[in-house]
Amino acid sequence: MALKLKLKTKDKVLWLKVAIHLFSLLPLINLYITAFNDQLGADPVEAVIHFTGVGAFNLLLITLMITPIAQRFKLGYLLKTRRLIGLYAFLYGLFHLFNFLAFEIQFDLHLFFSEIFERPYITVGLAAMLLLVALAVTSISFIKRKMGKTWQNLHNLSYLIVLLVAIHFYWSVKSDVTEPLIYWVVTVFLLRLRIGKFKAWLK
Amino acid sequence: MLIKTPKSYQLNESNVTDENIYQSRRNIIKQMGFLGAGALLGSAFSSEAQAGFFDDEPEIFKTSTLNFTSDNNKELIKTPENKVISHNNFYEFGTNKTDPQENAQQFNTNPWQLTLSGECDNPHTLDYDDLTKAFPLEERIYRMRCVEAWSMVIPWVGFPLAELIKKAAPNTKAKYVAFETLYDPKQMPGQASRRLGGGVKYPYVEGLRLDEAMNPLTLMSVGLYGKTLPPQNGAPIRLVVPWKYGFKSIKSIVGIKFLTHQPPTTWNILAPREYGFYANVNPEVSHPRWSQASERRITTGGLFARNRIATLPFNGYGEEVAALYKNLDLKKNF
Repeated sequence: MALKLKLKTKDKVLWLKVAIHLFSLLPLINLYITAFNDQLGADPVEAVIHFTGVGAFNLLLITLMITPIAQRFKLGYLLKTRRLIGLYAFLYGLFHLFNFLAFEIQFDLHLFFSEIFERPYITVGLAAMLLLVALAVTSISFIKRKMGKTWQNLHNLSYLIVLLVAIHFYWSVKSDVTEPLIYWVVTVFLLRLRIGKFKAWLK
Repeated sequence: MLIKTPKSYQLNESNVTDENIYQSRRNIIKQMGFLGAGALLGSAFSSEAQAGFFDDEPEIFKTSTLNFTSDNNKELIKTPENKVISHNNFYEFGTNKTDPQENAQQFNTNPWQLTLSGECDNPHTLDYDDLTKAFPLEERIYRMRCVEAWSMVIPWVGFPLAELIKKAAPNTKAKYVAFETLYDPKQMPGQASRRLGGGVKYPYVEGLRLDEAMNPLTLMSVGLYGKTLPPQNGAPIRLVVPWKYGFKSIKSIVGIKFLTHQPPTTWNILAPREYGFYANVNPEVSHPRWSQASERRITTGGLFARNRIATLPFNGYGEEVAALYKNLDLKKNF
């Protein structure tokens, strides 16, 4: 701990980013190696879909935790990790969608489009994914600068995205809603912290 | 015994995976934890080496070899035994696919009583030994289609339900057959906790029309892959109705009752819009959350297996069973 306190802010951010890269990338690599080798249970397809979906949701929730934690504990430098974690949420979401397309329905595009329109949970999930694409693209620094004030407005969509993802998860389970309900509680808690901001918008 | 096999189902047998690879499966899954953080260190080392040090697995349920007539159908590529016994929907032991194998190994199947009652002339009870000895056993290699749009090919061992029904001699009032799973929350954690059991009302109940139950395809299974059933697959005795979605094939049965009226069935009670009484495999009637037009056949080959195949009406058993539903609108009676 003593060592940690001596670190400069710049170094703290660096080490945090290294940790974020490791904790995000290594599980993903491990996941696909075991799945390709058929060592991931009887149905590796279901396993990779669930893992990347839940992973994306976890990372999204972490991005929403950063601001309240930074404010509460006066750790302003934490905000510098938000973009990276958000981008990993996007990457996990992308893998989640790709798993569905490539391994679940195996590039049956006709089925893909009919599923999007006929299954509300997939419609909602894909909507969240498209919004995430917009946020990921506009996270590039020079685009961000060019956008000026619009950027913040656009990135406020992260609140909507997390809601859509919570709905997507809840609707996708057959009967055991415990896990999605826990995620709902966390989601609502994190959005509740922003109630002042939402009220201001309504005025 | 007729089993029709469409050509599209014939997969290459050269990609059979060595079964002992699955021994390390649970270690890998356990390591994956929250965002797989645990996997970073864990999987860097050999899972096999780890299994030796951290083997906390309880004793595995003992199955025994059965005597039966073999099914010589060589056309269907069977799902490896390790997958059949590790990927189960048996919510009495938890809702994850791997839960039943993990939680059911201490399940006690002997003594067991299967009671036949209701509208019949010879109500009687089978004891544990009767289950495998009262009728000659035969192997049946059946496709099993889950309502969740995956499927397996499983070599069951059992006897036709019709034989059991004939012995019970249902009277003329009997039109339906109701089945009930054991209710024992001490042994079945899913029954003791609403959370673990997925919110299902227990005991699990199922039903068939009497003529469906009498169809020669309808099997009372006591084994698979030549041995008695492991508990996660419904030991000591379960139903197998191959032309219906898997949830109709009720496990660990203690009661069979002949009725004048259609009995309630578990998934229909839970979500009537999603699961009907008939539950015949039907590519034309979608589940609200899945298309039923195609399915993924679980055999071997990992993530890259090209295993999505068209789902067939009545799961490919139309020749044997379509006549049962001649005057029924199967879109309404799904």
